[in-house]
Amino acid sequence: MTTAAAAEQQRPGSSALASAWAFVKHHVLTVYALLAFIYLMLPIGIVIAFSFNNPKGRFNYVWSGFTLDNWKNWDGVPGLRSAMVLSLEIALIASLIATALGTLIALALVRYGFRGRGVTNLLIFLPLSTPEIVLGASLLTLFLNLTIVFGFWTILIAHVMFCISFAVVTVKARLIGFDRHLEEAAMDLGANEWATFRKVTLPLIAPALLAALLLCFAISIDDFVVTYFNAGPRTTFPLFVWGAARVGAPPQVNVIGTAIFSVAVIGMVTNVLVQMRRERSTANA
Amino acid sequence: MGFLHRHRNLTPYLLLGPGLLYLAIFFVVPLGFLAYQSLESGNFDVGYSFTWAWGNYWDAIQNYRGHFIRSLEYAGIATILALVFAYPLAYWIAFRGGRWKNLLLLFIVAPFFVTYLIRTLAWETILADQGPVVSVLRDVGILGHDGRLLATSTAVVAGITYNFFPFMALPLYVSLEQIDERLIEAAQDLYASKWKAFLRITLPLSLPGVVAGTLLTFIPAAGDFINAQLLGSPQNHMIGNVIQSKFLELTDYPAAAAMSFVLMAAILLMVAIYARAVGTEKLTG
Repeated sequence: MTTAAAAEQQRPGSSALASAWAFVKHHVLTVYALLAFIYLMLPIGIVIAFSFNNPKGRFNYVWSGFTLDNWKNWDGVPGLRSAMVLSLEIALIASLIATALGTLIALALVRYGFRGRGVTNLLIFLPLSTPEIVLGASLLTLFLNLTIVFGFWTILIAHVMFCISFAVVTVKARLIGFDRHLEEAAMDLGANEWATFRKVTLPLIAPALLAALLLCFAISIDDFVVTYFNAGPRTTFPLFVWGAARVGAPPQVNVIGTAIFSVAVIGMVTNVLVQMRRERSTANA
Repeated sequence: MGFLHRHRNLTPYLLLGPGLLYLAIFFVVPLGFLAYQSLESGNFDVGYSFTWAWGNYWDAIQNYRGHFIRSLEYAGIATILALVFAYPLAYWIAFRGGRWKNLLLLFIVAPFFVTYLIRTLAWETILADQGPVVSVLRDVGILGHDGRLLATSTAVVAGITYNFFPFMALPLYVSLEQIDERLIEAAQDLYASKWKAFLRITLPLSLPGVVAGTLLTFIPAAGDFINAQLLGSPQNHMIGNVIQSKFLELTDYPAAAAMSFVLMAAILLMVAIYARAVGTEKLTG
């Protein structure tokens, strides 16, 4: 803006207009990016702001005053705490199991030549490209036909299922750049395969495992559709929000949403900053 | 580990085994059950029996043609909108982001850190009749005096576009980021205008990202029912809403199962048409 204003003072008249236009043309993409970021952040801002709202009546739609009560009294709504606990339990267990299974598959895909690679890739790819509603519905018919009681276990089974493919893709991406000479060196020095895996491979792929764990955790804790089909009487946090939305979601829902968002963002920003610092230090070295 | 050493070619299968078995039991087998269920007749009270009831498919298409078409239409429009909005943003981050790229990417994925349902509810707040957007649009005259956004197809498409935006932007960014900028400089050195260099170099090289982004957006969008439920009216309901209610409220399992497969088939058909169109474009371009 300041450049345009300066240009306007120097050259009055139509050329000023032209240079203003040149400025806009040069920065149009930056201005657009700024607007796009605002668009992406707008609903998030609303969620955070309305966690501090003091609504009159049931509906938390209109701003009617600032309060910290919702935060102090975050589990003041019946059912919210147990829903949150269930969501965390499921996300933790499901991400651990899915990452373990996914890592093994990724190791096989990157390290070994074997028959049936095509089928394996297809089996990994298909769940990612199937609409969630079909994933949820098909599991529902399985459980119904086998008369399995819906609850904790059916939710867990479902979450592990849709997380595995994400874990495979994440770990595989990191494994491809892996230097296998390190393992060969360990074996040459007398380590057996298990010792090599534990002492060399595992520490090196640990960041990939962590990434897969976090991704699975995030996907699991956010899942609504598949869970909705297979939860039976149990309520996870997204299911709680769904139920609450029909009668007017209380501001505590925004409190939890804001909390989850903050934890995730702090984690990601730290990760990015650490990465940037590491890159800079290797660049300097 | 001596066992593994003696049977080296068994190792990949041992690694694959647990994960693929899990996917077979809880992804492939359920699809089989869903297919079986879709050919049953009867109802919840008297029970279902398998009768090769292909009529279920016919009924699904006949009775819910509108819902199917609307689903593909909404998902298609939202995908195009997301592509148009996301491309310049991904371009800006990839080419102008400098060392802040990773941090800027955080803005794109940030919506994912707010629970899906909560961010959709936030759009409900933003687009509400008392909200700022509606009042501005009414003042400007785009909306009539009692015009509204909530409970319209506009709101549903806007919600879908926002919710699946990161699925579009991330693959776009990845493919744009890999482009060697020297190619673009070379084109400009050879007297291509900026625009022409973009059309002939940047755009074709980013096509893999465009394809990945459109598929990742379109497929989940076509099966979505949350946006239609929370932001639309029953006139805007998509096929996901019907499948969901037939499974979980009306317990009309065979019809719902048949619809799930019609949905998958419709999506596959669209993807095939799209893949063919993009493929030929690549050949001629």
